[in-house]
Amino acid sequence: MMKDQKLWTWHLAAGAVIALFLGLHMLTMHVDGLIPIRALNVASDQRAIDWVNVVARGKSTFFALTYVVLLGAALFHGLYGLRNILFELNPSAGLKKVVGAVLLLAGLGLFAFGTWAAVAGHMLARTF
Amino acid sequence: MMKDVTYRIRLYDPNRDAVPHWETYTIPYAAGMTVLDGLWKIKELHAPGLAWRSSCRMGVCGSCGMLINGKPGLACNTQVSELKATTVAVAPLPNFDIIRDLVPDLAPMFGKHQALLPYVIREDVEERENPSAEFWQSAHELEQYLQFSYCIKCGCCMAACPTFATDALYSGPMPLAQAHRYNTDTRDVGFAVRKEVLAGNAGPWRCHYAGECSRVCPKGVDPAKAIQLMKRELVLDLLHLRKQGCPAPVAKMPTEIKRRDGVPDAPARTV
Repeated sequence: MMKDQKLWTWHLAAGAVIALFLGLHMLTMHVDGLIPIRALNVASDQRAIDWVNVVARGKSTFFALTYVVLLGAALFHGLYGLRNILFELNPSAGLKKVVGAVLLLAGLGLFAFGTWAAVAGHMLARTF
Repeated sequence: MMKDVTYRIRLYDPNRDAVPHWETYTIPYAAGMTVLDGLWKIKELHAPGLAWRSSCRMGVCGSCGMLINGKPGLACNTQVSELKATTVAVAPLPNFDIIRDLVPDLAPMFGKHQALLPYVIREDVEERENPSAEFWQSAHELEQYLQFSYCIKCGCCMAACPTFATDALYSGPMPLAQAHRYNTDTRDVGFAVRKEVLAGNAGPWRCHYAGECSRVCPKGVDPAKAIQLMKRELVLDLLHLRKQGCPAPVAKMPTEIKRRDGVPDAPARTV
């Protein structure tokens, strides 16, 4: 009964998480020259996409975690929004259940794949 | 100043017509003429069988909601001259089934309204049913819900709502705004009971703030605002951050006041 209240609250929370971590992404990748934060790019004399900085971020457990959290938040936020749009097409109750199940499975699948990629990248970077 | 005015009216008699159709009527124009005045004139001169709802003729009862030149509004509250058009197109409110001609079936709207318990709920039932005095409420507390209490349930907001048009489960702007009106009333403690409906499919979650409900409301109520405030209340409730104050107490009787000589007693209470 309270399902929509919970889902919508999580939707808002996911939006806040996305704003936070996209802000971190912007700080790290795009405005590092303007706001140099040494913790984000170890070699501040080089660009964020240079090898040394990419590997340094790859070794960081903090960055690996942010990738996973951002992936989860973005998937939930986007797929819940897509669910709302699809529900406005006025499907039947049965079709709504199917749509919900397909989106849930797609979200879990993409999250599992993305998490594996983030963890695998982190493990690989630690070998350098 | 125009001499005549042309009405295009969408007619539908379920006993006779397969689908609605439009008819055109021309009637003499009179200064200050409302859309409702024109309908009466058409009924008098051209179409005695034309059906619509109306009652008070002064924008209070909410009976004569119609689609006037593409915008939901009250026929009694809309002057022909303010439409700035040579033709007045009148159709029944969209998003409702048509009973006949300009008469929409508002029963589903009132069903959704009723499901959200639009009345003051208190635990002290005896005081509510047999009040000993008024419930005390500050001017600031009154301001929190006052504008939403101006709603006359005409259905114009429901007719303008794009979400209600497609989602049969969605309660719609009028019932939701009224639920918020009572949730915000400090005399009421019914939030938990209304939440049983509001937190589910019928709640405010499908609203994506088109704002048409507020644009068309003939009483200046802002249902879109009520819905956004309600979302906030429900989110705070889920996070256990919603403040539920004590219900407004019964106002104390004034003390140390002496009646002036010659002032008669108030008449006995009738309710």
